[in-house]
Amino acid sequence: MKPKVLILRVAGTNCDFETEWAFALAGAFAEKVHINQIIRREKKVSDYQILVIPGGFSYGDDIAAGKVLANQIKLKLWEEIEKFISQKKVIVGICNGFQVLAKSGILPFNSKQLITLEWNDSGRFEDRWVYLKVEENVSPFFKGLPEIIRMPVAHAEGKFLPQNNKVLNEIERNKQIVLRYCDKEGNLTGYPYNPNGSIRNIAGICSKDGLIIGMMPHPERAILKYHYPDFLKNEEKEEFTPSFKIFKNMVKYFS
Amino acid sequence: MNYVREIDILNADEKELIEISEKNLLSLDIEEMKKIKEYFLSIGRNPTDCELECIAQTWSEHCYHKTFKANIQYIEKNGKKIEKFNICLLREIMEVTEKLNYPWCISVFKDNAGIIKINEKYGAAFKVETHNHPSALEPYGGAGTGIGGVIRDILGVGLGAKPILNTDIFCFGPLDFPYEKLPEGVLHPKRIFRGVVSGVRDYGNRMGIPTANGAIIFDDRYVYNCLVYCGCVGIIPVNKIEKKVNDGDLIVVIGGRTGRDGIHGATFSSASLKENIPTSVVQIGNPIVEKKFQDVLLVARDLNLYNSITDCGAGGFSSAIGEMGKDIGAVVYLEKVPLKYEGLLPWEIFLSESQERMVLAVPEKKVEKLINFFASEDVEATVIGKFVKTGKLTVYYKNKLVCDIDIHFLHKGIPKKNLRGFFERKREKPVNFKSKNIKEDILKVLSSPIISSKEEVIRQYDHEVGGRTILKPFVGYESRGVSDGVVLKPFYETYEGLIISCGINPFYGEIDPYYMAGCCIEECIRNIVSCGGNPEKIAILDNFCWGNISDERELGNLIRCVKGCKDYALKYRIPFISGKDSLNNYFKRKDGKIISIPGTLLISGIGIIEDVRKICSTDFKKEGNIIFVLGKTFNELGSSQFYRVNRIKGGIVPKPRPEKTLSLMKKIHIGIKNQLIKSCHDCSDGGLITTICEMMIGGNLGCKIDFSNVLTEEKEIEIVLFSESCGRFVVEIEKEKLNEFEKLFKNEELSQIGEVIEEKELIGFWANKKLFKIPLELIYRSWTSLNF
Repeated sequence: MKPKVLILRVAGTNCDFETEWAFALAGAFAEKVHINQIIRREKKVSDYQILVIPGGFSYGDDIAAGKVLANQIKLKLWEEIEKFISQKKVIVGICNGFQVLAKSGILPFNSKQLITLEWNDSGRFEDRWVYLKVEENVSPFFKGLPEIIRMPVAHAEGKFLPQNNKVLNEIERNKQIVLRYCDKEGNLTGYPYNPNGSIRNIAGICSKDGLIIGMMPHPERAILKYHYPDFLKNEEKEEFTPSFKIFKNMVKYFS
Repeated sequence: MNYVREIDILNADEKELIEISEKNLLSLDIEEMKKIKEYFLSIGRNPTDCELECIAQTWSEHCYHKTFKANIQYIEKNGKKIEKFNICLLREIMEVTEKLNYPWCISVFKDNAGIIKINEKYGAAFKVETHNHPSALEPYGGAGTGIGGVIRDILGVGLGAKPILNTDIFCFGPLDFPYEKLPEGVLHPKRIFRGVVSGVRDYGNRMGIPTANGAIIFDDRYVYNCLVYCGCVGIIPVNKIEKKVNDGDLIVVIGGRTGRDGIHGATFSSASLKENIPTSVVQIGNPIVEKKFQDVLLVARDLNLYNSITDCGAGGFSSAIGEMGKDIGAVVYLEKVPLKYEGLLPWEIFLSESQERMVLAVPEKKVEKLINFFASEDVEATVIGKFVKTGKLTVYYKNKLVCDIDIHFLHKGIPKKNLRGFFERKREKPVNFKSKNIKEDILKVLSSPIISSKEEVIRQYDHEVGGRTILKPFVGYESRGVSDGVVLKPFYETYEGLIISCGINPFYGEIDPYYMAGCCIEECIRNIVSCGGNPEKIAILDNFCWGNISDERELGNLIRCVKGCKDYALKYRIPFISGKDSLNNYFKRKDGKIISIPGTLLISGIGIIEDVRKICSTDFKKEGNIIFVLGKTFNELGSSQFYRVNRIKGGIVPKPRPEKTLSLMKKIHIGIKNQLIKSCHDCSDGGLITTICEMMIGGNLGCKIDFSNVLTEEKEIEIVLFSESCGRFVVEIEKEKLNEFEKLFKNEELSQIGEVIEEKELIGFWANKKLFKIPLELIYRSWTSLNF
């Protein structure tokens, strides 16, 4: 069965088209749905298996990145989202979507807000390709990936910051960290390899059951080998990248 | 309350007419004011404030391009030879496209942007605008609304195109300009620079459009008038290019509300800058409002919910509705316009340049569906009038007639300008300037503001949102290298590609704007070809930014430049598809002295390729590969970066050689397509040595070069290293492909100059004599030394 993917759109969503393409290419039935359609009950979240909050600047990132949409989800969609989570369906937040999942408290423990994505240490928006170390983690979606993968980040507020060490240690202990920024060899080092100053180089995490994913890097911009900034030099054999595998894994999970 | 003011022009004499124009910031000259008086005499009444404003806006340089449409008497002096003829600048440019008559140029010089065909189903639209004056007064808002405006041009071309790329080219004063020299009321270049970059960043990024091509130029003469060029590329189905307003269509405004911001933007934008300009001329932007209607608009387009569309830019409703209704007529009810706040006078509502608004022509039976459709994503859509066959532009405010003018007079009534331009050719003489220390000069050129890396700026732009960016602004090792252009894959399903780049060099114009035009056109094409472009599938756009053109010599420079554009575009067989001019970029100092910008021509280009997998980047790929220079080097150091860093004036400006270069470029295209050429980078600012250094940085590799092998009649190291002769490329070839390469480039000018080496250093020889050895680390450090 082709899983149905809901790509949530609001004012300021940007990465909906390429995310839709990535899921469709991976074999899913992907559909862009505006939040108003859900609020007006024209579309039901429960009709889908995967909910994606894509990158962008939801509501202009006014107040703080993702904050307004996080509140909207809490206040207007909570019943549906909670049911979605309890049914062990999949939620993915990329970039702005991760900011939303963090600020709504859905990640890491579906509780009150415990983590945030703070302004980059550089103090500004940056777009750059990063190396990511795939950690040993509980999520089924990062299986079969090489140890180090590459994707671009493009954000101003992406510094992973937990409320305290207790939260941080618990996320680590639960194997909820999926991706960390690293250098070419996999060492966890500083700027520009860690592009935003994230605590312990954390780039992406998941929920305790591994079905809710939040990550700052953009896998949907690194689908084909031709997306790599140096594809003309490194003659890669594989047409599709390891980041594409993340989408494939999600689709496979439901088929 | 009396909303409408009558302005007495019927009894005004010439002096009073000019006073009226100046007092109301109309920027109209005496001939135009007299023509207006004549019209109102013929209908037997005085104009209202709204009518006068509406005419001033329609006739403004910004909207009507009076100078480019003028009848100009031109005199060109070359030594004892004097040429004299009449010329119309717009005709010159359009003639190129007409003569070439390519079937793939599907919409040129008539809509908001030019459109070329990508395939049977889709076209690519490209438009470049300037937003100079607003950016000088309020850099953040000015630049942001500049990019916002050009995006709306793309959304309003045909029935609407989807924006997929932004470009940005800036000209600023030097960042280290001494504060004490800054005249009152002028912002420091650093302040303008930061504001402009942030403005473009915040608007472009929030719109979800990648910003992936551009340039930044610095010069003293841009201190008073910075230049901000913003471009946008969109894709449009070929069956959505035609638009037509029908009699009876309703006028619907969508998007943002109307406020008092940006009033007089159109008329102000072509006036000179001076102190005490009201800040309300600058528009206030909000990208999310634009993003919201963009999302719905393109769906509404495919549902055929409207017949025509245009953006509400300079001149506001007056321009948008006046333009759309120019073959029919329109009636507008201003009280229906949604306002940001109360208190606007009718003419202010009609002329306001509040951002993020578009005007649609909607058939009455579809209007309800359209309004509901926009409302479903929280976008306001409001009927504010109707297109009706009256031949008049009629505007009411609360039942009171505020404007009722003949459409024909409004659009055709403007008196044709008669201007005079004069140009005297300088005798170009070579300068004999010897470098005291070649190594130091190389590093000096690399660290000069124009050559050095702009990474800090470019990183702040999202250059790959959309997932379409294949060749990015940064290439090679750790993405350190610089790209000649950007390659986009516009469709997710296919490998077809677009290549976008630009050419700009105001310094050549100091010697001769004619050759500047040729060099800019060629640089733009060279950049595209270096990336893998097909020189026979490129279209270009012209953007002229000029100084005080009421000065016959300044106007003469502009004419000389336009002549260059025409001649060289024809010789390279490259069509113009759109263009724009921004004139009177000058500053009147307190002491009355006028400081003009250097005449600046930006050429932006868009090329079409069949396969984005067969492209090329500038970074050296592998040690052992052979390095060639294609093309010939001449003693053309006039206005070069080498002369600039050493403060040398004069010299000979580069002269393009279209025939030779075109033949060469066709072969480069084949060489890249067949993956024979491993890396390719054109030679432009900074000369051959800069090209080589940039290729090393990108490749994180060194090279060994024998400069005595470079094809030239001038055996001087300064010329070989730093001359900016056109028509040259540096390419990298694998040893085993040498035969194939030499066969392809038989009969072309080529010289084998060295090889890529593993050691990270540049080793320069002249025959057997070692000239210098520079570590790559030092090259990289110099190139990245500019402090923003």
